[in-house]
Amino acid sequence: MPPDKILTKQVIKNPFFSIKILLFFFCISLSSQSFSQDHHGENTHAEASRNKEDKTSIKKKIKEYIFHHLGDSYYFDIYSYDDDAGHHKYVGFPLPVILWDKGLKVFLSSGFKHGKSIVSKGETHYKLYHEKIYKTDSEGTIHYDDHHHVTNAKPFDLSITKNVFNIFVVALLMLWLFISLAKSYAKNGNIAKGFGRFFEPIILYIRDDIAIPNIGEKKYKKYMSFLLTVFFFIWFSDMLGLTPFGVNITGNITVTFCLAILVFVITNITANKNYWQHIFWMPGVPMPVKILLAPIELLGVFLKPFSLMIRLYANISAGHIILMSIIGLIFIFKTWLSTSLSFMLAFALTLLEVLVALLQAYIFTMLSALYFGFANEEKH
Amino acid sequence: MEKLIEQFSFGLFFWLSFIFIALLLLLRKYAWTPILKTINERETLIKESLMSAEKAREEMGKLQESNKQMLKEAKLEREKILKEARAISDKMIDEAKGVAKVEASKIVKQAQETIAADKNKAIKELKDEVASLSLSIAEKVVTTELEDKKKQENLIEKILKESEI
Repeated sequence: MPPDKILTKQVIKNPFFSIKILLFFFCISLSSQSFSQDHHGENTHAEASRNKEDKTSIKKKIKEYIFHHLGDSYYFDIYSYDDDAGHHKYVGFPLPVILWDKGLKVFLSSGFKHGKSIVSKGETHYKLYHEKIYKTDSEGTIHYDDHHHVTNAKPFDLSITKNVFNIFVVALLMLWLFISLAKSYAKNGNIAKGFGRFFEPIILYIRDDIAIPNIGEKKYKKYMSFLLTVFFFIWFSDMLGLTPFGVNITGNITVTFCLAILVFVITNITANKNYWQHIFWMPGVPMPVKILLAPIELLGVFLKPFSLMIRLYANISAGHIILMSIIGLIFIFKTWLSTSLSFMLAFALTLLEVLVALLQAYIFTMLSALYFGFANEEKH
Repeated sequence: MEKLIEQFSFGLFFWLSFIFIALLLLLRKYAWTPILKTINERETLIKESLMSAEKAREEMGKLQESNKQMLKEAKLEREKILKEARAISDKMIDEAKGVAKVEASKIVKQAQETIAADKNKAIKELKDEVASLSLSIAEKVVTTELEDKKKQENLIEKILKESEI
Protein backbone atom coordinates (compact mmCIF):
# COMPACT_ATOMS: atom_id res chain seq x y z
CA MET A 1 0.00 0.00 0.00
CA PRO A 2 1.42 3.41 -0.87
CA PRO A 3 2.18 5.69 2.11
CA ASP A 4 -0.37 8.36 1.17
CA LYS A 5 -3.11 5.77 1.18
CA ILE A 6 -2.13 4.64 4.65
CA LEU A 7 -2.24 8.25 5.74
CA THR A 8 -5.75 8.87 4.43
CA LYS A 9 -6.95 5.63 5.92
CA GLN A 10 -5.60 6.61 9.29
CA VAL A 11 -7.06 10.06 8.99
CA ILE A 12 -10.46 8.59 8.40
CA LYS A 13 -10.06 6.13 11.23
CA ASN A 14 -8.80 8.50 13.85
CA PRO A 15 -10.09 12.07 14.12
CA PHE A 16 -7.39 12.98 16.65
CA PHE A 17 -4.76 11.81 14.25
CA SER A 18 -6.20 14.05 11.55
CA ILE A 19 -6.18 17.00 13.91
CA LYS A 20 -2.55 16.23 14.68
CA ILE A 21 -1.75 16.24 11.02
CA LEU A 22 -3.54 19.52 10.53
CA LEU A 23 -1.57 21.05 13.38
CA PHE A 24 1.60 19.67 11.92
CA PHE A 25 0.94 21.29 8.58
CA PHE A 26 -0.09 24.42 10.33
CA CYS A 27 3.26 24.60 12.12
CA ILE A 28 5.07 23.98 8.84
CA SER A 29 3.14 26.78 7.23
CA LEU A 30 4.01 29.11 10.09
CA SER A 31 7.71 28.26 9.96
CA SER A 32 7.79 28.51 6.19
CA GLN A 33 6.11 31.84 6.52
CA SER A 34 8.77 33.11 8.92
CA PHE A 35 11.42 31.56 6.76
CA SER A 36 10.18 33.33 3.67
CA GLN A 37 9.93 36.51 5.62
CA ASP A 38 13.53 36.15 6.74
CA HIS A 39 14.49 35.54 3.21
CA HIS A 40 12.88 38.70 1.95
CA GLY A 41 13.83 40.62 5.02
CA GLU A 42 17.46 40.56 3.90
CA ASN A 43 16.82 43.48 1.59
CA THR A 44 16.24 46.32 3.97
CA HIS A 45 15.49 46.65 7.59
CA ALA A 46 12.82 49.23 6.86
CA GLU A 47 10.81 46.90 4.70
CA ALA A 48 10.72 44.30 7.42
CA SER A 49 9.41 46.74 9.94
CA ARG A 50 6.79 47.91 7.46
CA ASN A 51 5.79 44.29 6.92
CA LYS A 52 5.38 43.91 10.62
CA GLU A 53 3.33 47.05 10.81
CA ASP A 54 1.14 45.83 7.97
CA LYS A 55 0.56 42.62 9.78
CA THR A 56 -0.46 44.26 13.04
CA SER A 57 -2.73 46.61 11.15
CA ILE A 58 -4.33 43.64 9.37
CA LYS A 59 -4.74 41.89 12.69
CA LYS A 60 -6.32 44.98 14.14
CA LYS A 61 -8.57 45.29 11.11
CA ILE A 62 -9.68 41.68 11.40
CA LYS A 63 -10.40 42.12 15.09
CA GLU A 64 -12.41 45.24 14.37
CA TYR A 65 -14.22 43.49 11.59
CA ILE A 66 -15.15 40.59 13.86
CA PHE A 67 -16.48 42.88 16.58
CA HIS A 68 -18.25 44.94 14.00
CA HIS A 69 -19.93 41.75 12.77
CA LEU A 70 -20.88 40.64 16.26
CA GLY A 71 -22.51 43.96 17.02
CA ASP A 72 -25.66 45.38 15.55
CA SER A 73 -25.65 47.72 12.58
CA TYR A 74 -27.85 50.36 10.99
CA TYR A 75 -27.00 49.00 7.53
CA PHE A 76 -27.48 45.66 5.87
CA ASP A 77 -24.01 45.39 4.39
CA ILE A 78 -22.90 42.19 2.75
CA TYR A 79 -19.33 43.29 2.07
CA SER A 80 -17.17 46.37 1.57
CA TYR A 81 -14.13 47.16 -0.54
CA ASP A 82 -11.82 49.98 -1.55
CA ASP A 83 -12.35 51.15 -5.08
CA ASP A 84 -9.59 52.36 -7.40
CA ALA A 85 -9.94 55.93 -6.23
CA GLY A 86 -9.31 54.80 -2.65
CA HIS A 87 -12.88 55.27 -1.43
CA HIS A 88 -14.30 52.66 0.88
CA LYS A 89 -17.42 51.26 -0.74
CA TYR A 90 -20.14 49.24 0.93
CA VAL A 91 -22.37 46.72 -0.83
CA GLY A 92 -25.76 46.39 0.79
CA PHE A 93 -28.72 48.55 1.59
CA PRO A 94 -29.56 51.08 4.29
CA LEU A 95 -32.22 50.41 6.92
CA PRO A 96 -34.71 52.86 8.44
CA VAL A 97 -33.68 54.75 11.56
CA ILE A 98 -36.53 55.49 13.97
CA LEU A 99 -35.78 57.91 16.80
CA TRP A 100 -38.03 59.29 19.50
CA ASP A 101 -36.51 62.60 20.46
CA LYS A 102 -39.19 65.21 21.15
CA GLY A 103 -41.33 63.68 18.42
CA LEU A 104 -40.91 60.78 16.01
CA LYS A 105 -37.98 61.08 13.61
CA VAL A 106 -37.68 58.60 10.78
CA PHE A 107 -35.00 58.58 8.10
CA LEU A 108 -32.86 56.09 6.20
CA SER A 109 -29.47 55.20 7.64
CA SER A 110 -27.90 56.09 4.29
CA GLY A 111 -28.01 59.67 5.56
CA PHE A 112 -25.11 58.90 7.91
CA LYS A 113 -22.90 57.76 5.00
CA HIS A 114 -21.34 55.21 7.37
CA GLY A 115 -20.51 57.82 9.98
CA LYS A 116 -19.02 60.34 7.61
CA SER A 117 -22.04 62.60 7.58
CA ILE A 118 -24.30 64.21 10.16
CA VAL A 119 -28.08 63.96 9.88
CA SER A 120 -29.93 67.09 10.95
CA LYS A 121 -33.58 67.02 11.86
CA GLY A 122 -34.71 70.52 12.73
CA GLU A 123 -32.62 71.74 15.67
CA THR A 124 -31.03 68.42 16.56
CA HIS A 125 -28.11 66.74 14.84
CA TYR A 126 -27.29 63.05 14.92
CA LYS A 127 -24.00 61.35 14.30
CA LEU A 128 -23.27 57.66 13.81
CA TYR A 129 -20.15 56.85 15.81
CA HIS A 130 -18.95 53.26 16.31
CA GLU A 131 -22.34 51.91 15.26
CA LYS A 132 -24.21 54.05 17.77
CA ILE A 133 -26.27 57.18 17.20
CA TYR A 134 -25.38 60.21 19.34
CA LYS A 135 -26.80 63.70 19.54
CA THR A 136 -24.19 66.26 18.53
CA ASP A 137 -23.86 69.88 17.48
CA SER A 138 -23.89 70.89 13.82
CA GLU A 139 -20.16 70.11 13.57
CA GLY A 140 -20.59 66.55 14.81
CA THR A 141 -18.23 66.90 17.79
CA ILE A 142 -17.92 63.86 20.00
CA HIS A 143 -17.02 64.45 23.66
CA TYR A 144 -15.12 61.92 25.71
CA ASP A 145 -14.65 61.39 29.43
CA ASP A 146 -11.39 60.32 31.10
CA HIS A 147 -11.85 56.66 30.16
CA HIS A 148 -12.41 57.53 26.51
CA HIS A 149 -16.14 56.91 26.80
CA VAL A 150 -18.45 59.03 24.72
CA THR A 151 -20.45 61.43 26.85
CA ASN A 152 -22.81 62.71 24.14
CA ALA A 153 -26.50 62.06 24.78
CA LYS A 154 -28.21 59.20 22.96
CA PRO A 155 -31.71 59.59 21.52
CA PHE A 156 -34.39 57.02 22.27
CA ASP A 157 -33.73 54.59 19.48
CA LEU A 158 -36.30 52.24 17.92
CA SER A 159 -34.53 51.80 14.60
CA ILE A 160 -34.96 48.82 12.35
CA THR A 161 -31.37 47.69 12.70
CA LYS A 162 -29.79 44.77 10.89
CA ASN A 163 -30.77 42.39 13.66
CA VAL A 164 -34.35 43.66 13.75
CA PHE A 165 -34.49 43.23 9.99
CA ASN A 166 -33.16 39.69 10.25
CA ILE A 167 -35.60 38.87 13.03
CA PHE A 168 -38.37 40.03 10.71
CA VAL A 169 -37.01 37.73 8.02
CA VAL A 170 -36.93 34.76 10.42
CA ALA A 171 -40.43 35.57 11.66
CA LEU A 172 -41.83 35.77 8.13
CA LEU A 173 -40.07 32.56 7.17
CA MET A 174 -41.56 30.79 10.18
CA LEU A 175 -45.03 32.16 9.52
CA TRP A 176 -44.86 31.02 5.93
CA LEU A 177 -43.43 27.58 6.71
CA PHE A 178 -45.71 26.60 9.54
CA ILE A 179 -48.93 28.15 8.34
CA SER A 180 -48.49 26.37 5.02
CA LEU A 181 -47.75 23.17 6.94
CA ALA A 182 -51.01 23.61 8.85
CA LYS A 183 -52.81 24.24 5.58
CA SER A 184 -51.26 21.26 3.84
CA TYR A 185 -52.88 19.03 6.44
CA ALA A 186 -56.31 20.24 5.47
CA LYS A 187 -55.58 19.72 1.79
CA ASN A 188 -53.99 16.29 1.94
CA GLY A 189 -56.21 14.50 4.40
CA ASN A 190 -54.16 15.07 7.58
CA ILE A 191 -50.84 14.19 5.98
CA ALA A 192 -48.06 16.75 5.64
CA LYS A 193 -46.67 17.49 2.22
CA GLY A 194 -43.34 18.87 1.01
CA PHE A 195 -41.03 20.42 3.63
CA GLY A 196 -43.71 19.81 6.26
CA ARG A 197 -42.63 16.17 6.18
CA PHE A 198 -39.28 17.36 7.45
CA PHE A 199 -40.62 19.66 10.16
CA GLU A 200 -43.43 17.45 11.43
CA PRO A 201 -41.15 14.90 13.11
CA ILE A 202 -39.29 17.76 14.80
CA ILE A 203 -42.57 19.15 16.13
CA LEU A 204 -43.45 15.66 17.34
CA TYR A 205 -40.02 15.31 18.92
CA ILE A 206 -40.46 18.57 20.82
CA ARG A 207 -43.86 17.42 22.02
CA ASP A 208 -42.95 13.83 22.91
CA ASP A 209 -39.37 14.15 24.09
CA ILE A 210 -39.09 17.69 25.40
CA ALA A 211 -42.49 18.95 26.54
CA ILE A 212 -44.26 15.85 27.84
CA PRO A 213 -41.39 14.30 29.87
CA ASN A 214 -40.42 17.62 31.46
CA ILE A 215 -43.76 19.32 32.01
CA GLY A 216 -46.11 16.39 32.28
CA GLU A 217 -48.97 14.99 30.29
CA LYS A 218 -51.54 17.24 31.94
CA LYS A 219 -50.07 20.70 31.54
CA TYR A 220 -47.72 20.57 28.59
CA LYS A 221 -50.27 21.84 26.11
CA LYS A 222 -50.24 25.48 27.17
CA TYR A 223 -46.45 25.67 26.79
CA MET A 224 -46.24 23.97 23.41
CA SER A 225 -46.66 27.16 21.37
CA PHE A 226 -43.83 28.89 23.19
CA LEU A 227 -41.50 25.90 23.06
CA LEU A 228 -42.08 25.33 19.35
CA THR A 229 -41.73 29.01 18.50
CA VAL A 230 -38.56 29.48 20.53
CA PHE A 231 -37.00 26.29 19.17
CA PHE A 232 -37.55 27.14 15.53
CA PHE A 233 -36.73 30.81 16.10
CA ILE A 234 -33.32 30.00 17.58
CA TRP A 235 -32.61 27.29 15.05
CA PHE A 236 -33.53 29.37 12.02
CA SER A 237 -31.70 32.40 13.39
CA ASP A 238 -28.55 30.37 13.92
CA MET A 239 -28.81 28.75 10.51
CA LEU A 240 -29.29 32.18 8.95
CA GLY A 241 -26.17 33.22 10.85
CA LEU A 242 -24.18 30.63 8.91
CA THR A 243 -25.08 32.19 5.56
CA PRO A 244 -22.53 34.64 4.13
CA PHE A 245 -24.80 37.62 4.79
CA GLY A 246 -23.18 38.27 8.14
CA VAL A 247 -26.27 37.69 10.21
CA ASN A 248 -25.77 37.26 13.95
CA ILE A 249 -29.09 37.22 15.77
CA THR A 250 -28.70 34.94 18.77
CA GLY A 251 -25.09 36.02 19.24
CA ASN A 252 -26.48 39.30 20.48
CA ILE A 253 -26.99 39.66 24.21
CA THR A 254 -30.17 41.68 23.75
CA VAL A 255 -31.80 38.88 21.80
CA THR A 256 -30.89 36.17 24.29
CA PHE A 257 -31.88 38.49 27.13
CA CYS A 258 -35.29 38.99 25.57
CA LEU A 259 -35.82 35.24 25.11
CA ALA A 260 -34.63 34.51 28.65
CA ILE A 261 -36.93 37.20 30.06
CA LEU A 262 -39.85 35.56 28.29
CA VAL A 263 -38.96 32.21 29.84
CA PHE A 264 -38.62 33.92 33.23
CA VAL A 265 -41.99 35.63 32.93
CA ILE A 266 -43.82 32.54 31.70
CA THR A 267 -42.26 30.36 34.40
CA ASN A 268 -43.21 32.67 37.24
CA ILE A 269 -46.66 33.58 35.98
CA THR A 270 -47.69 29.97 35.50
CA ALA A 271 -45.99 28.68 38.64
CA ASN A 272 -48.20 26.91 41.16
CA LYS A 273 -48.25 27.14 44.97
CA ASN A 274 -45.97 24.16 45.39
CA TYR A 275 -43.23 25.89 43.37
CA TRP A 276 -43.25 29.02 45.52
CA GLN A 277 -43.37 26.94 48.66
CA HIS A 278 -40.24 25.13 47.56
CA ILE A 279 -38.51 28.46 47.05
CA PHE A 280 -39.47 30.35 50.20
CA TRP A 281 -40.25 27.60 52.67
CA MET A 282 -38.68 24.31 51.60
CA PRO A 283 -40.79 21.55 53.10
CA GLY A 284 -39.21 18.62 54.89
CA VAL A 285 -36.05 20.30 56.17
CA PRO A 286 -35.30 21.80 59.61
CA MET A 287 -36.00 25.45 60.35
CA PRO A 288 -32.48 26.92 60.02
CA VAL A 289 -32.00 25.16 56.67
CA LYS A 290 -35.30 26.61 55.53
CA ILE A 291 -34.05 30.11 56.23
CA LEU A 292 -30.72 29.33 54.62
CA LEU A 293 -32.27 27.84 51.50
CA ALA A 294 -34.75 30.62 50.77
CA PRO A 295 -32.23 33.20 49.43
CA ILE A 296 -30.38 30.51 47.47
CA GLU A 297 -33.57 29.28 45.86
CA LEU A 298 -34.65 32.83 45.16
CA LEU A 299 -31.34 33.49 43.48
CA GLY A 300 -31.89 30.34 41.45
CA VAL A 301 -35.11 31.79 40.06
CA PHE A 302 -33.06 34.54 38.41
CA LEU A 303 -30.01 32.45 37.66
CA LYS A 304 -31.90 29.90 35.59
CA PRO A 305 -32.98 32.32 32.83
CA PHE A 306 -29.65 34.14 33.20
CA SER A 307 -27.80 30.93 32.36
CA LEU A 308 -30.09 30.46 29.37
CA MET A 309 -29.19 33.94 28.17
CA ILE A 310 -25.42 33.56 28.61
CA ARG A 311 -25.26 30.03 27.21
CA LEU A 312 -26.94 30.85 23.93
CA TYR A 313 -25.09 34.15 23.55
CA ALA A 314 -21.67 32.67 24.33
CA ASN A 315 -22.06 29.62 22.12
CA ILE A 316 -23.16 31.48 19.03
CA SER A 317 -20.74 34.40 19.50
CA ALA A 318 -17.85 32.03 20.10
CA GLY A 319 -18.72 30.10 16.95
CA HIS A 320 -18.79 33.28 14.91
CA ILE A 321 -15.57 34.63 16.43
CA ILE A 322 -13.64 31.40 15.82
CA LEU A 323 -14.97 31.02 12.31
CA MET A 324 -14.11 34.60 11.38
CA SER A 325 -10.70 34.38 13.04
CA ILE A 326 -9.84 31.31 11.02
CA ILE A 327 -10.95 33.03 7.85
CA GLY A 328 -8.93 36.05 9.00
CA LEU A 329 -5.82 33.88 9.19
CA ILE A 330 -5.90 33.68 5.40
CA PHE A 331 -5.19 37.40 5.25
CA ILE A 332 -2.50 37.28 7.91
CA PHE A 333 -0.27 34.47 6.59
CA LYS A 334 -0.73 34.75 2.88
CA THR A 335 0.66 31.30 1.96
CA TRP A 336 -1.11 28.68 -0.07
CA LEU A 337 -0.79 26.14 2.71
CA SER A 338 -2.29 28.26 5.45
CA THR A 339 -5.01 29.42 3.10
CA SER A 340 -6.08 25.92 2.20
CA LEU A 341 -5.77 24.87 5.84
CA SER A 342 -7.85 27.80 6.97
CA PHE A 343 -10.36 26.98 4.35
CA MET A 344 -10.56 23.36 5.46
CA LEU A 345 -10.78 24.32 9.11
CA ALA A 346 -13.43 26.91 8.36
CA PHE A 347 -15.37 24.34 6.39
CA ALA A 348 -15.19 21.82 9.21
CA LEU A 349 -16.14 24.47 11.72
CA THR A 350 -19.11 25.56 9.66
CA LEU A 351 -20.34 21.99 9.70
CA LEU A 352 -19.83 21.95 13.45
CA GLU A 353 -21.76 25.21 13.71
CA VAL A 354 -24.68 23.62 11.86
CA LEU A 355 -24.76 21.07 14.65
CA VAL A 356 -24.31 23.75 17.31
CA ALA A 357 -27.22 25.72 15.87
CA LEU A 358 -29.53 22.75 16.30
CA LEU A 359 -28.02 21.81 19.63
CA GLN A 360 -28.40 25.27 21.12
CA ALA A 361 -31.98 25.51 19.96
CA TYR A 362 -32.57 22.09 21.53
CA ILE A 363 -30.85 23.02 24.80
CA PHE A 364 -32.71 26.30 25.13
CA THR A 365 -36.05 24.59 24.48
CA MET A 366 -35.20 21.65 26.72
CA LEU A 367 -34.19 23.85 29.65
CA SER A 368 -37.20 26.13 29.18
CA ALA A 369 -39.41 23.05 29.33
CA LEU A 370 -37.55 21.89 32.41
CA TYR A 371 -38.15 25.22 34.17
CA PHE A 372 -41.80 25.18 33.17
CA GLY A 373 -41.90 21.68 34.58
CA PHE A 374 -40.48 22.89 37.90
CA ALA A 375 -43.13 25.59 38.04
CA ASN A 376 -45.85 22.99 37.57
CA GLU A 377 -44.62 20.22 39.81
CA GLU A 378 -47.32 18.79 42.04
CA LYS A 379 -46.85 17.76 45.65
CA HIS A 380 -45.55 14.26 45.98
CA MET B 1 -19.52 42.26 31.36
CA GLU B 2 -19.34 45.98 30.71
CA LYS B 3 -19.12 45.29 27.03
CA LEU B 4 -22.16 43.07 27.23
CA ILE B 5 -24.17 45.76 28.96
CA GLU B 6 -22.94 48.27 26.40
CA GLN B 7 -24.10 45.94 23.64
CA PHE B 8 -27.61 45.90 25.10
CA SER B 9 -29.92 47.94 22.92
CA PHE B 10 -33.37 48.88 24.02
CA GLY B 11 -34.59 49.32 20.45
CA LEU B 12 -33.64 45.75 19.57
CA PHE B 13 -35.20 44.51 22.81
CA PHE B 14 -38.42 46.32 22.01
CA TRP B 15 -38.58 45.04 18.45
CA LEU B 16 -37.69 41.47 19.35
CA SER B 17 -40.28 41.32 22.14
CA PHE B 18 -42.86 42.78 19.81
CA ILE B 19 -42.00 40.50 16.88
CA PHE B 20 -41.54 37.41 19.01
CA ILE B 21 -44.81 37.78 20.89
CA ALA B 22 -46.67 38.59 17.68
CA LEU B 23 -45.04 35.59 16.02
CA LEU B 24 -45.95 33.42 18.99
CA LEU B 25 -49.59 34.49 18.92
CA LEU B 26 -49.92 34.23 15.15
CA LEU B 27 -48.26 30.85 14.99
CA ARG B 28 -50.32 29.62 17.92
CA LYS B 29 -53.52 30.60 16.19
CA TYR B 30 -52.71 29.65 12.61
CA ALA B 31 -50.01 26.99 12.89
CA TRP B 32 -49.31 25.25 16.18
CA THR B 33 -52.89 24.71 17.31
CA PRO B 34 -54.10 23.25 13.99
CA ILE B 35 -50.88 21.25 13.52
CA LEU B 36 -50.97 19.73 17.00
CA LYS B 37 -54.68 19.13 16.69
CA THR B 38 -54.21 17.34 13.39
CA ILE B 39 -51.36 15.27 14.78
CA ASN B 40 -53.43 14.36 17.82
CA GLU B 41 -56.41 13.47 15.68
CA ARG B 42 -54.27 11.38 13.45
CA GLU B 43 -52.77 9.59 16.40
CA THR B 44 -56.16 8.81 17.88
CA LEU B 45 -57.32 7.69 14.46
CA ILE B 46 -54.36 5.34 14.14
CA LYS B 47 -54.86 4.06 17.65
CA GLU B 48 -58.55 3.49 17.07
CA SER B 49 -57.94 1.86 13.72
CA LEU B 50 -55.42 -0.48 15.26
CA MET B 51 -57.76 -1.27 18.09
CA SER B 52 -60.70 -1.88 15.77
CA ALA B 53 -58.52 -4.07 13.57
CA GLU B 54 -57.53 -6.04 16.64
CA LYS B 55 -61.15 -6.24 17.64
CA ALA B 56 -62.17 -7.40 14.18
CA ARG B 57 -59.49 -10.04 14.28
CA GLU B 58 -60.69 -11.16 17.66
CA GLU B 59 -64.24 -11.25 16.42
CA MET B 60 -63.21 -13.22 13.40
CA GLY B 61 -61.45 -15.66 15.65
CA LYS B 62 -64.53 -15.90 17.77
CA LEU B 63 -66.64 -16.36 14.67
CA GLN B 64 -64.37 -19.13 13.45
CA GLU B 65 -64.55 -20.72 16.85
CA SER B 66 -68.32 -20.54 16.85
CA ASN B 67 -68.39 -21.87 13.29
CA LYS B 68 -66.38 -24.83 14.41
CA GLN B 69 -68.65 -25.28 17.38
CA MET B 70 -71.67 -25.07 15.15
CA LEU B 71 -70.22 -27.58 12.74
CA LYS B 72 -69.51 -29.90 15.61
CA GLU B 73 -72.99 -29.45 16.96
CA ALA B 74 -74.47 -30.00 13.54
CA LYS B 75 -72.52 -33.21 13.20
CA LEU B 76 -73.70 -34.36 16.59
CA GLU B 77 -77.22 -33.42 15.68
CA ARG B 78 -77.01 -35.33 12.48
CA GLU B 79 -75.74 -38.36 14.24
CA LYS B 80 -78.46 -38.05 16.80
CA ILE B 81 -81.12 -37.69 14.14
CA LEU B 82 -79.74 -40.64 12.26
CA LYS B 83 -79.69 -42.67 15.40
CA GLU B 84 -83.23 -41.71 16.24
CA ALA B 85 -84.37 -42.49 12.74
CA ARG B 86 -82.72 -45.82 12.90
CA ALA B 87 -84.32 -46.51 16.25
CA ILE B 88 -87.70 -45.49 14.95
CA SER B 89 -87.39 -47.62 11.88
CA ASP B 90 -86.20 -50.52 13.97
CA LYS B 91 -89.09 -50.04 16.28
CA MET B 92 -91.46 -49.78 13.38
CA ILE B 93 -90.09 -52.93 11.86
CA ASP B 94 -90.33 -54.66 15.22
CA GLU B 95 -93.85 -53.50 15.66
CA ALA B 96 -94.73 -54.56 12.16
CA LYS B 97 -93.12 -57.88 12.79
CA GLY B 98 -95.09 -58.32 16.00
CA VAL B 99 -98.30 -57.38 14.34
CA ALA B 100 -97.53 -59.73 11.48
CA LYS B 101 -96.71 -62.51 13.88
CA VAL B 102 -99.90 -62.05 15.81
CA GLU B 103 -101.82 -61.89 12.58
CA ALA B 104 -100.06 -64.92 11.25
CA SER B 105 -100.60 -66.90 14.42
CA LYS B 106 -104.22 -65.82 14.36
CA ILE B 107 -104.54 -66.97 10.79
CA VAL B 108 -102.77 -70.22 11.62
CA LYS B 109 -105.01 -70.76 14.62
CA GLN B 110 -108.07 -70.06 12.55
CA ALA B 111 -106.77 -72.39 9.91
CA GLN B 112 -106.07 -75.02 12.52
CA GLU B 113 -109.53 -74.54 13.97
CA THR B 114 -111.07 -74.80 10.55
CA ILE B 115 -108.98 -77.84 9.82
CA ALA B 116 -109.94 -79.34 13.13
CA ALA B 117 -113.61 -78.60 12.52
CA ASP B 118 -113.38 -80.00 9.02
CA LYS B 119 -111.61 -83.07 10.35
CA ASN B 120 -114.22 -83.62 13.03
CA LYS B 121 -116.91 -83.11 10.50
CA ALA B 122 -115.21 -85.56 8.15
CA ILE B 123 -114.67 -88.00 10.95
CA LYS B 124 -118.29 -87.66 11.97
CA GLU B 125 -119.42 -88.09 8.40
CA LEU B 126 -117.10 -91.02 8.07
CA LYS B 127 -118.43 -92.46 11.34
CA ASP B 128 -121.97 -91.95 10.13
CA GLU B 129 -121.05 -93.53 6.83
CA VAL B 130 -119.30 -96.44 8.61
CA ALA B 131 -122.25 -96.85 10.99
CA SER B 132 -124.77 -96.90 8.20
CA LEU B 133 -122.46 -99.10 6.16
CA SER B 134 -121.98 -101.48 9.11
CA LEU B 135 -125.74 -101.38 9.80
CA SER B 136 -126.46 -102.31 6.23
CA ILE B 137 -123.75 -104.99 6.38
CA ALA B 138 -125.10 -106.15 9.71
CA GLU B 139 -128.66 -106.17 8.25
CA LYS B 140 -127.45 -108.16 5.30
CA VAL B 141 -125.44 -110.50 7.59
CA VAL B 142 -128.32 -110.85 10.05
CA THR B 143 -130.74 -111.54 7.26
CA THR B 144 -128.44 -114.14 5.79
CA GLU B 145 -127.54 -115.62 9.19
CA LEU B 146 -131.05 -115.75 10.48
CA GLU B 147 -132.26 -117.78 7.56
CA ASP B 148 -130.89 -120.83 9.30
CA LYS B 149 -132.00 -121.64 12.87
CA LYS B 150 -128.84 -123.44 13.80
CA LYS B 151 -126.66 -120.86 12.67
CA GLN B 152 -128.66 -118.39 14.81
CA GLU B 153 -128.09 -120.42 17.85
CA ASN B 154 -124.36 -120.77 17.13
CA LEU B 155 -124.00 -117.18 16.67
CA ILE B 156 -125.81 -116.39 19.89
CA GLU B 157 -123.63 -118.84 21.65
CA LYS B 158 -120.44 -117.41 20.06
CA ILE B 159 -121.45 -113.89 20.97
CA LEU B 160 -122.21 -114.91 24.46
CA LYS B 161 -118.81 -116.60 24.78
CA GLU B 162 -117.01 -113.65 23.42
CA SER B 163 -118.74 -111.22 25.73
CA GLU B 164 -118.06 -113.55 28.74
CA ILE B 165 -120.94 -112.46 30.72
